[in-house]
Amino acid sequence: MKEILVISGKGGAGKTSLTAALAGLMAPCVLVDCDVDAADLHLLLQPKVQETHPFISGQEPVLDASRCVGCGRCEELCRFEAIRLSPAGQPGFVPGACEGCGVCADHCPAEAIAMTPRQCGEWHRSTTSAGTMIHARLFPGAENSGKLVAAIRKTAKETALAQGCDFLLSDGPPGIGCPVIASLSGVDFALLVTEPSVSGLHDLRRIIELVRGFEVDFQVVINKADIHPAMTADIEDFCQSQRIDVAGKISYSRLFVETLRRGHTVMAHPGSEPEQEIMALWKHLSSLKAFQKTPNNDKETKA
Amino acid sequence: MKVAVASGKGGTGKTTVSLALAAAAETPCLLLDCDVEEPNCHLFTSAEPWRTEGVDVLVPEFLGEGCDGCGSCVRSCRFNALAGFGRKVMVFAEMCHACGGCVLACPHGALREIPYPIGRLEFRHAEGFELITGVMNVGYAMAPPLIRQLKTHLPTSGLAVLDCPPGTSCSMVTSVRDCDFVVLVTEPTPFGLHDLRLAVETLAELKLPCGVIVNRAEPGVPLIHDYCQEAGLPILLEIPLSRQIAETCSAGGGLLDACPDLKEPLQALLAQTLPGLLAGRSVAS
Amino acid sequence: MKVILTSQGDSLDAAMDARFGRAAKFLLWDSSTQAVSVVDNQQSMDAPQGAGIQAAMTAIKQGANAVITSHCGPKAFRVLQEAGVKVYLTKAAKCREALQLFQDGKLQEASSANVEGHWT
Repeated sequence: MKEILVISGKGGAGKTSLTAALAGLMAPCVLVDCDVDAADLHLLLQPKVQETHPFISGQEPVLDASRCVGCGRCEELCRFEAIRLSPAGQPGFVPGACEGCGVCADHCPAEAIAMTPRQCGEWHRSTTSAGTMIHARLFPGAENSGKLVAAIRKTAKETALAQGCDFLLSDGPPGIGCPVIASLSGVDFALLVTEPSVSGLHDLRRIIELVRGFEVDFQVVINKADIHPAMTADIEDFCQSQRIDVAGKISYSRLFVETLRRGHTVMAHPGSEPEQEIMALWKHLSSLKAFQKTPNNDKETKA
Repeated sequence: MKVAVASGKGGTGKTTVSLALAAAAETPCLLLDCDVEEPNCHLFTSAEPWRTEGVDVLVPEFLGEGCDGCGSCVRSCRFNALAGFGRKVMVFAEMCHACGGCVLACPHGALREIPYPIGRLEFRHAEGFELITGVMNVGYAMAPPLIRQLKTHLPTSGLAVLDCPPGTSCSMVTSVRDCDFVVLVTEPTPFGLHDLRLAVETLAELKLPCGVIVNRAEPGVPLIHDYCQEAGLPILLEIPLSRQIAETCSAGGGLLDACPDLKEPLQALLAQTLPGLLAGRSVAS
Repeated sequence: MKVILTSQGDSLDAAMDARFGRAAKFLLWDSSTQAVSVVDNQQSMDAPQGAGIQAAMTAIKQGANAVITSHCGPKAFRVLQEAGVKVYLTKAAKCREALQLFQDGKLQEASSANVEGHWT
């Protein structure tokens, strides 16, 4: 079973659209939407939710106002600007800023603050036409540490093995921080989606540095390649100078947005330019070593 | 006035809009690039940094002397960044959230705090505005401390625009909090709308006023307008879907290079619309 | 000497658990008494992050001189190494087999972690 991740560095490069298109070609597979902050894959794959589970992670402070003496020690000690004192000196906790470190609770002289488990989000097991999908939603302001990503990846892996799927396909998050790291470690292959713009190339360099640090096999796909041929050539030159393979180029097409609005992928339009280009991309990818089918017991011994 | 430019969805045009606002502003403007994982604002100016500032967080260092193996430090750490055995404590700085709890917990002074570099700030005199970019070191995972350090450079008065990271989690929240107004840039697609709702929900919890700029707007696609009407959000501006704008920005040009006509509306947004919304006066759209 | 094996079950007849950090259980084998006891590793399994570090501390607290497993991540390895606990890697499927290989001197001591770390 091979785990394939689609990431980009830059937001809006086309990860999700491409992942959804590839899902059909890799079916039956297991899908996981690792962009738990702003998950969108479900808009294209129309999953039917079978199970929902809370995601409990870390702790949050709860005040027992009757014990509070208004000394303000908690606010002094908080490194995250997560405590605002009322005029009476009682702490209010700012949503989205608290990191759950517990320092306020541990050092309150009146023992007026207790740390309780925090529900940061929820995750779902769903079915789609391409296979089982594991997806999640991080609640607004929650700490995006990658824990939820790691949790759904683990579930997705177990599911893929149990179902005997050849592939686990992950739609990755943007950026290079915690959630990307959590989606990247241990995958068999990363497909880096870029676009021909100054921002695209800049962000591509950073994501490549991250992926190389994890020693993950990867190739680049240039999306919207025809909107700026000179920049596309720059990206190709850059890749060549770094001995990086470009797996494919996808032209800008209104069909991506039109099919998105109708809730399906470009692959529903055989013969169209995007469908042909993605088929070519898939033909190339499936010839790579990272995509070759191996017996499932090889994957099980991997941590 | 501190104006944050956020979105929910990546790639909608936050950086493009932030740069255009800063360039169009008629009063001196500071632009902060808070997307420290993938900062892009500096790519659109030819100015080199005139100053660079390293950013550290404080992580514990085990001093050894005085440790009696009580384990108070390890027990205090909610992030499992400390390993203790015998009279030895190991620190995993990359997992440390720099809360200071372990040093406070140690009864023997066997831990002290030392700086751990996480990135840098770059200061540039761009064309018509000041730009400060936050750049997080590749491989370091936590953006908020760097964003907080970047925001210490906000002026107490005057105009500041903050280009925020995508999403609605801790990085975005750290960027938008304590701003006066949040401009949400979106696109009229199901992705754009879905993520816009998430962003609006987040801002409602933070009690921050917001309005919407529709980028890549198309006639006959009222997706975002319908939602804004239902949610009672002002549509501040529409930027039309235009291959010319896309090509100009791809090449490193600005929105105002492709569309000089947008300068006046952007100036009006900063000088009249936003102050009006903040003062509670109703503003004609 | 005391040896820890990462196990999926409660006795030497159980299958080896391939991972150190999130192993279901540890079997603690004492060479002087030949006795095997079960050490729970649930705390590490539940840990949102730093599971390997937690597991390493458990092993050290039990007085282990050596750990036998299939996969050990970099943070766990660092902690064990610092505490002077040797790590031996095996592909053996059953705990009994792994222990026998160890006693016969057929297992090689690891000089580094053999899997990448996970963020958690």
